Amino acid sequence: MINPPELKFKSWFQGASLFWPIVGLGTLLLFNLVFSPSFFHLEIREGHLYGTLVDIVNQGSKVMLVSIGMTLVIATGGVDLSVGSVMAIAGAAAALLVTKVAFVWVLALSLGIATAAGVCNGILIGYLDIQPIIATLILMVAGRGVAMLLTGGQIITFEDPALVYIGNGHFLGLPFTVTIVVCVLVVTLLVTRKTAVGLFLESVGDNERAAKFCGINVPWVKVLVYACAGLCAGIAGLIATSNIKAADSSRVGEMKELDAIFAVVVGGTPLTGGRFNLIGSMIGALLIETLTTSMYDLGVSPAVASVPKAVVIVAVCLLQSEKFRNRLRGLVGGRVQA
Amino acid sequence: MKKLRSSPHLPLFITLVVLAALYSTASILFHGFFSGSVAANLIGDNAMLGIAAIGMTVVILAGGIDLSVGAVMGFTTILVAVLVQQHHVPPVVAMGIGLALGVLFGLAMGFLIDRFDLPPFLVTLGGMLFARGIGFKISSESVGITNPIYDRLSEFALPLGGKAFFSAAALIYIGTFVLGIVVTHWTSFGRNAYALGGSEPSARLMGVPVGRTKLLVYAVSGFCAALAGVVSTIYMGSGNPSLYVGFELDVIAAVVIGGTLLTGGVGSQVGTLAGVLIYGTIGSALNFYGQLNSSWLRIAIGGLLLVFILLQQFLSRVKRAT
Repeated sequence: MINPPELKFKSWFQGASLFWPIVGLGTLLLFNLVFSPSFFHLEIREGHLYGTLVDIVNQGSKVMLVSIGMTLVIATGGVDLSVGSVMAIAGAAAALLVTKVAFVWVLALSLGIATAAGVCNGILIGYLDIQPIIATLILMVAGRGVAMLLTGGQIITFEDPALVYIGNGHFLGLPFTVTIVVCVLVVTLLVTRKTAVGLFLESVGDNERAAKFCGINVPWVKVLVYACAGLCAGIAGLIATSNIKAADSSRVGEMKELDAIFAVVVGGTPLTGGRFNLIGSMIGALLIETLTTSMYDLGVSPAVASVPKAVVIVAVCLLQSEKFRNRLRGLVGGRVQA
Repeated sequence: MKKLRSSPHLPLFITLVVLAALYSTASILFHGFFSGSVAANLIGDNAMLGIAAIGMTVVILAGGIDLSVGAVMGFTTILVAVLVQQHHVPPVVAMGIGLALGVLFGLAMGFLIDRFDLPPFLVTLGGMLFARGIGFKISSESVGITNPIYDRLSEFALPLGGKAFFSAAALIYIGTFVLGIVVTHWTSFGRNAYALGGSEPSARLMGVPVGRTKLLVYAVSGFCAALAGVVSTIYMGSGNPSLYVGFELDVIAAVVIGGTLLTGGVGSQVGTLAGVLIYGTIGSALNFYGQLNSSWLRIAIGGLLLVFILLQQFLSRVKRAT
């Protein structure tokens, strides 16, 4: 493979499709710069960095993690509605296990359950050909029931320092959640952009039949992405549970699937699959979190803050639709994007 | 039997069998389950789900999806409650405003979906966030309704003999259901919706007015959601913007259990009614059992969904093989 460096760089960051998410995030930050100057205030206390921006990244870590998995799923032309419920299951399992077994086992088991849930989705979708929306809807509905059953409908609190550290600790002066997100992101980027796996995902999403004829094991690829989405949701569930030092099965991860889909779409990954942009999804997730935080700063109640979210999502859809037309016109010029 | 196996009505048939089996099992297990009043309450208590599902069926038949249903219901309850309670608007006018806004809202989403070719999933997700937010803007707390007309509506009972009676909610559901059947199965709009869901390019080539049908489909769903919200205000005597969060998924589940394919083009209103009643039967059976715990309801619905989907998948494979 002979790739000029600039082309390689482009394949990592997918040039133009990052333009709109960055413009959106930039506009929002600019807005905050003008209207609430304290927004950019950062300070170091006891060796840790504090400030609104750090809070945004810390709070946004859950959506960022979930949207990493969601990006891969959407790249194959699917969607995963069950991530919120999987978060709740992982959180409930961790809170139950933490007093009983060693911490390594807590991590292994709760993340294992989350991954297994993803594998179930993958089997339904990959091997039994069930539509992704409906297959994951099953786990979305039943999964929260399972999580509530695990905790017996109660909110289970815990004090275990290791589990509390996941969502509240600091590492290198930054919240530990940042480290988690960066690790997961880097690993995913390496696997998808440095190996053929990324290409497999895109070809399955672009044209499943063609991918099959090319010798790609399509069902297996699907199981892989849904397992990955489950694992990411599991990690996010541990963070969410750790944040409040309690497993609240009925609330943890509620509506997170929609936030994640939102982040992915805003980040330039089309719902139709065939292309994906992990960095874009991260920017999308940060955009949502910044939007929410800005609303708090302006004194808008969190419930009403969903209105600007709605406006953003429709605006992004429209922009992409416009782009779609431009691309159609561009096709005459012979520029075909894979 | 062979004829039945290749019949497009097989999913519906199986749904009806499951409903009958569930209902009779519950009747044997629980003393007093098999009674007119439980059956009548089944319809009344699930009227909101059922009415919303009528609109959802039409959308799904046409190959779309509407995630805004729950939010529109919550919005309508609080709108009607605030109009009646704080602005002293006559209830009938308030309900009319609520229904009109629901239709407008659906039209707006349909417009975006049709004109700009946007994915229904995302547009209605936006619609959900929007309606939820506006609902909270109107009032962030529950508003009780005290109004003579409302009192009369919520106390209304049509005796059916014995202890059974239909509440206003049940009657509205039945009325809407009849209307839904007529619109879905006996009008050109309904046939257009089926054609659109079957295959959009073919429908276009056949001369089906694709754009208008898409617009109307979402308008119908918006109307049904708003009507479900209005019924909810009668049923509960209050409005609350935080009601029905995630309800759209229950509605979709009921429609799918009723044998309507999410890919569009296949399904019926009768099936959806059966789906809603299955949902309701599980709910009231758990209630009789003393397990008001919603976790079991969720697991049961999830399990049923799985069974039905696998069944549909199996049937379509059998059909392809023959």
